[in-house]
Amino acid sequence: MALPSYATTGERVWHYVFLTLCGLIFLFLIGPLLIIIPLSFNAEPYFTFSEAMLSFDPAGYSLRWYEDFFTSSAWLNAIKNSFIVGIASTLLATILGTIAALGLSSRFMPARGAIMALLISPMIVPLIISAAAMFFFFSKINLAQTYLGVILAHTVLGIPFVVITVTATLSSFDTTLIRAAHSLGANPTRTFFKVVLPLVTPGVVSGALFAFITSFDEVVVVLFIAGPEQRTMPIQMWSGIREQISPTILAVATLLVILSMLLLAILELLRRRGERLRGLTPG
Amino acid sequence: MSDSSTPPLTTADGVPLKVSLRRAVRRSKLKALLLVSPLLLFLGIAFVMPIFDMLWRSVDNPEVSTTLPRTVSALEDWDGESVPDEPVFAALVEDLQEGQKERNLGLLSSRLNYEKSGMRSAVSRTARRLRTLEPPYRETLIEINDAWGELDTWQLIQRESSPYTLSYYLAAMDRQFSPQGEIVKVPEYLQIHATLFWRTFWMSAVITLATLVLGYPIAFLLANLPLRQSNLLMILVLLPFWTSLLVRTTTWIAILQSQGVLNDVMVALGVIADEARWQLIHNKTGTIIAMTHILLPFMILPLYSVMKTIPPSYMRAARSLGGRPFLCFRRVYFPLTIPGIAAGGILVFILSIGYYITPALVGGQSGRFITNYIAYHMQTSLNWGLAAAIASILLLVVVVFYWIFNRLIGVDKVKLG
Repeated sequence: MALPSYATTGERVWHYVFLTLCGLIFLFLIGPLLIIIPLSFNAEPYFTFSEAMLSFDPAGYSLRWYEDFFTSSAWLNAIKNSFIVGIASTLLATILGTIAALGLSSRFMPARGAIMALLISPMIVPLIISAAAMFFFFSKINLAQTYLGVILAHTVLGIPFVVITVTATLSSFDTTLIRAAHSLGANPTRTFFKVVLPLVTPGVVSGALFAFITSFDEVVVVLFIAGPEQRTMPIQMWSGIREQISPTILAVATLLVILSMLLLAILELLRRRGERLRGLTPG
Repeated sequence: MSDSSTPPLTTADGVPLKVSLRRAVRRSKLKALLLVSPLLLFLGIAFVMPIFDMLWRSVDNPEVSTTLPRTVSALEDWDGESVPDEPVFAALVEDLQEGQKERNLGLLSSRLNYEKSGMRSAVSRTARRLRTLEPPYRETLIEINDAWGELDTWQLIQRESSPYTLSYYLAAMDRQFSPQGEIVKVPEYLQIHATLFWRTFWMSAVITLATLVLGYPIAFLLANLPLRQSNLLMILVLLPFWTSLLVRTTTWIAILQSQGVLNDVMVALGVIADEARWQLIHNKTGTIIAMTHILLPFMILPLYSVMKTIPPSYMRAARSLGGRPFLCFRRVYFPLTIPGIAAGGILVFILSIGYYITPALVGGQSGRFITNYIAYHMQTSLNWGLAAAIASILLLVVVVFYWIFNRLIGVDKVKLG
């Protein structure tokens, strides 16, 4: 992106205007996420900066909303539910999705395009439609308002992410490595654990992370098919925003932003590891 | 292994090579299918069946035919010209008595009430007096409630006696059957769904355009920077992508509300007066701003992956052939990015028309989408048939765009992060 030495004045001006513009757009992307972090330390029950905060008076800051969050049984219960549903549905989606991806990446897979389109459709169909449909159907078979119902619904929503990431990993998998391992005297089990698994694991783990975060952040389906016992964290936030706005929401939001930073870091590490294992280095 | 000198070729155990190969291919196909089948079975039960169940519910119409079977058959040879005679009324009373025993008059009265207001009270009032009724019923029933003396009540019962109905789809498009059985628009004060469909589409188009305008420069910058820098800046795109949807919506409430950060800053800077704070939330503006922010990464990522494949030498060649910068961009670079624009545009548009959470939280009355009405009919008005019909129409639109997306780009090209 460096300017060539022959650039005219007009081009130079345009170049800097362009960079400023991009800076503003990045601010639009990331600013809102950063603004809530200081707001969550507000000592007053408002969603904006108080006078005391702006003058950096320590009295303007407090941890009361975090205390609120960690001492409220409703929030703690919601976290527990989110983890139960998230972990169970991630496990199911990862197992089913990985096995299917093994088949999908085979050269001989019949009707590959149509099956792939079907498997990815839960990501494309609007959540409210899936939610309504599952509500009607799950009520009939007595799955509505049960943990199992919510877990199955979230498994459906997580599957496309697992299928996409694992299929992508498998399609870049070099099958000659298996033959090489055999020719060097490894038996199939040893080949699987020593060659195939280490190369595929990063893809499976990132697929699982995608599935988990999808479940962890999902509101609409839970809103329809969960009963009061299965209130998850997003539902708790949703009703918090709709009913009694309190900055506790901002404290939760800050914690979630930190969680997503962590996840992003893990994914990046996995990607690098995958590249290193396959002998690719970032250029 | 096979004897190559004498045709046909065979494998070691004497099977012709062609047959053996075909068998091997069939076995591989079967193996691949077997691996996919558990997932297909699961999705079939937990996703496809619910969707078909919903589609079926949008035309399902059991209330009249199961609760009023005698009335329906008594109405079979009714001329439809005037209020029916005593036998039909007698059949109705018998059906209502039966219905009261079975406790399904509530469903019937709500179903009739969707089509003609006042029917709920007509049924419930009549039901309350059933025990003391004596024949002849015709005059007594009309006395209890005027609705039984109106021609269109009977036309309604006759029309809705079939086990399937299109009424829900008509209602979803602000249409209804006139008493004569023609399709007419509902009165103006009841027209809401068509407006909302229309609003959902144009606002989604505006949001798609906004993400394109904001996403294009960013994708261009990321695609043309050295990898190390662009990887760093990519984090700024991926972080919002990974952050909870509710968190992002909450932050926009904190920023945009009238006592929020943006208005406070503007007042402090003297740009606006304290009493003339901007109304940026709980209206269309709020929905558009928040959804543009939320969907922006979905535009940037496909654009970026297309721009990454355009060799920078093309632009240099165009320049060296004497093109001015803008002309080179318009004639050389821009056409090459059209696949990315199509992919990002369709993706953002599909996601946008199905959004529920953000419009519900920041949209107020005027910034609501059709999805909010699906939820309204599911949870508040409890008209599930209508909710299913609206959802089916929306699903059809999404499937059409998904199909176009699949044809143009291919779902297996979708990348995450």
